[in-house]
Amino acid sequence: MNSRDRILQAVKANQPDVATLPDLQAFISPAPASLETFRKVAAGMGSHILEIKDESEIPALLKQYYSDANIQQVVATDPSLYDIAAPLNWQTGDGRQLQDADLAIVRAQVGVAENGALWLTEAELQVRVLPFISQHLAVVLDQSAIVPTMHHAYERIGGPQTGFGVFIAGPSKTADIEQSLVLGAHGAKSLTIFIKG
Amino acid sequence: MDTSIKDHAALAEQFNANEPRVNWHDETLWWVRQKRDKMAWSIPEWEELREAASRIKHNVLGNLHDYLLEFERNAQQNGATVHWAADAEEHNRIVLGLLQEQNVKRMVKSKSMLTEECHLNHYLADHGIEVIDTDLGERIVQLAKEPPSHIVLPCIHKKKEEIGDLFHEHLGTPAGNADPQFLTAAARAHLRSEFIQSRVAITGVNFAVAETGEMVVCTNEGNADMGAHLADVHIACMGIEKIIPQRRHLGVFLRLLARSATGQPITTYSSHFRTPKPGQQLHIILVDNGRSRQLGREDFRNSLKCIRCGACMNTCPVYRRSGGHSYHNAIAGPIGAILAPNLDMKQYADLPFASTLCGSCSNVCPVKIDIHQQLYKWRQVVTQEGQASGAKAAGMKMMTSVLSRPGLYKFAGKTARWVLRLAPGVANNRFNPWSKQRELPAAPKTSFADWYKENRKQ
Ligand code: SF4
Repeated sequence: MNSRDRILQAVKANQPDVATLPDLQAFISPAPASLETFRKVAAGMGSHILEIKDESEIPALLKQYYSDANIQQVVATDPSLYDIAAPLNWQTGDGRQLQDADLAIVRAQVGVAENGALWLTEAELQVRVLPFISQHLAVVLDQSAIVPTMHHAYERIGGPQTGFGVFIAGPSKTADIEQSLVLGAHGAKSLTIFIKG
Repeated sequence: MDTSIKDHAALAEQFNANEPRVNWHDETLWWVRQKRDKMAWSIPEWEELREAASRIKHNVLGNLHDYLLEFERNAQQNGATVHWAADAEEHNRIVLGLLQEQNVKRMVKSKSMLTEECHLNHYLADHGIEVIDTDLGERIVQLAKEPPSHIVLPCIHKKKEEIGDLFHEHLGTPAGNADPQFLTAAARAHLRSEFIQSRVAITGVNFAVAETGEMVVCTNEGNADMGAHLADVHIACMGIEKIIPQRRHLGVFLRLLARSATGQPITTYSSHFRTPKPGQQLHIILVDNGRSRQLGREDFRNSLKCIRCGACMNTCPVYRRSGGHSYHNAIAGPIGAILAPNLDMKQYADLPFASTLCGSCSNVCPVKIDIHQQLYKWRQVVTQEGQASGAKAAGMKMMTSVLSRPGLYKFAGKTARWVLRLAPGVANNRFNPWSKQRELPAAPKTSFADWYKENRKQ
């Protein structure tokens, strides 16, 4: 017998009686998400929040915010989000073509008020490594896409539509050295969230 | 020194040689525990969430056979290759085979307690392959040639000056610089070049969803994503108990995990890997290594519900004051002490005794594992099997006989209080391992039960 069959056989022999799954409906309250909560919690996770009425405000706001960051290469996954074009063929390659990206601008599908997380998928990202390899990250979120909790988020997202999806809450961080919080471990050093009202 | 006598007590004694450091370790972990409390109290439905998580995991244990098959089928449909490993040895052999196929001599790995459990790094090193751990804390202990001392905070036992020295030696940072911001930036630059060069990445798995065949990996640093998305071959290693039934159950676990672990509302990244990226190979290794056996132990199977948050360690008065290395096992603390005896009862016979049985671990556990009760039960099993050391076995027998007879318990308490007041040295002696490093407190004149009776009357 191979290991697969041996493991499965042992599991079958040893597993207890099946218990029913709990009902999660009680966690999905109908109360609407609070923008205020999202702002507060996302800021607590280290995100920088800007509210906008129109996407045309984005380039100027980014230039102002990152004026000291020496931003050269900007990759907006939707060209309409920025006024300088991304490098030609930025989508082509194994991801290493993006190693000099200074700022990535992407859209999020969902924002979660309780933890400030944003749901991004391969559909928007086009290259999976983009939001991680870029030095800084800016995300555009419709205010109407903010939900109260993770339960609501999964309700809204449903089954997987793409091969990869990620919740991102704030910039990359670590506290491994004596529990002092440092932003910018391996992923983006900053996260700017544009909430479009 | 004979290593056979280096049990938890002996290793804890070593750790306790430096008292200021022990106090610092203790306070740092308690601070993490307090952050966890603040987060838990901010969620009105916290207890319901714990209950739901525990019940979902209970359902998983009872249906694991079918869920594993469902996961395998879906993962294969997603384009992944699924491997099964009966034990650590087979797991390591599978990984080595994949690396040799790629002709790779160096590769990146993100945090995976399973690969620690299997001692993968040593095994690969013996075969000429260097593993670069990319979680900052893991990289630090790797440079120090030590195992992680905590499942979430791998180098919690290290002072920043020691880390500065390590980085000076291995990464060429200026001598004497111990600034966390500076050292993190140096590690970022060093590990970026490893990510860029590496063609194979190993990651752990936090949750594997049977319904979709996807795997969720949680990190704050983004190292799992940097590794996996840049690699031609992604190898995901997971214990068979990581399965959850449906995608929406992630809502429950992701709400609990980071809050319990570090007091954050969620980790920075919760990545859902379903298909390999175009042109990439995705290999998933399902590892048993004693889990199916633990599943059959009625008293201990709940330990398989663990989501590796580390809360039970942060709260444990013994862990905080003895350090992770004193458990001489990949997983330290209360949960390590109930998982390890299943792997090797003789080698880990001491661990169920490394506890005050205060129950704080069970109180914070997000999946409601009855940790301290399992510790108590393991003591009995270990003693029955004749694996406990002499002093502990005698203590155990006495404790069992005293605890099982309330009259005797009261009498024993009275006697002990009397002895402590009149002759504290009798308890503070070498036959009572608990008196090491501590003076026992002055004994109260009355027991709580007597006090309660007195005050009730008034
Ligand atoms: S036993 Fe519970 S508290 Fe301890 S690490 Fe596992 S899930 Fe967390």
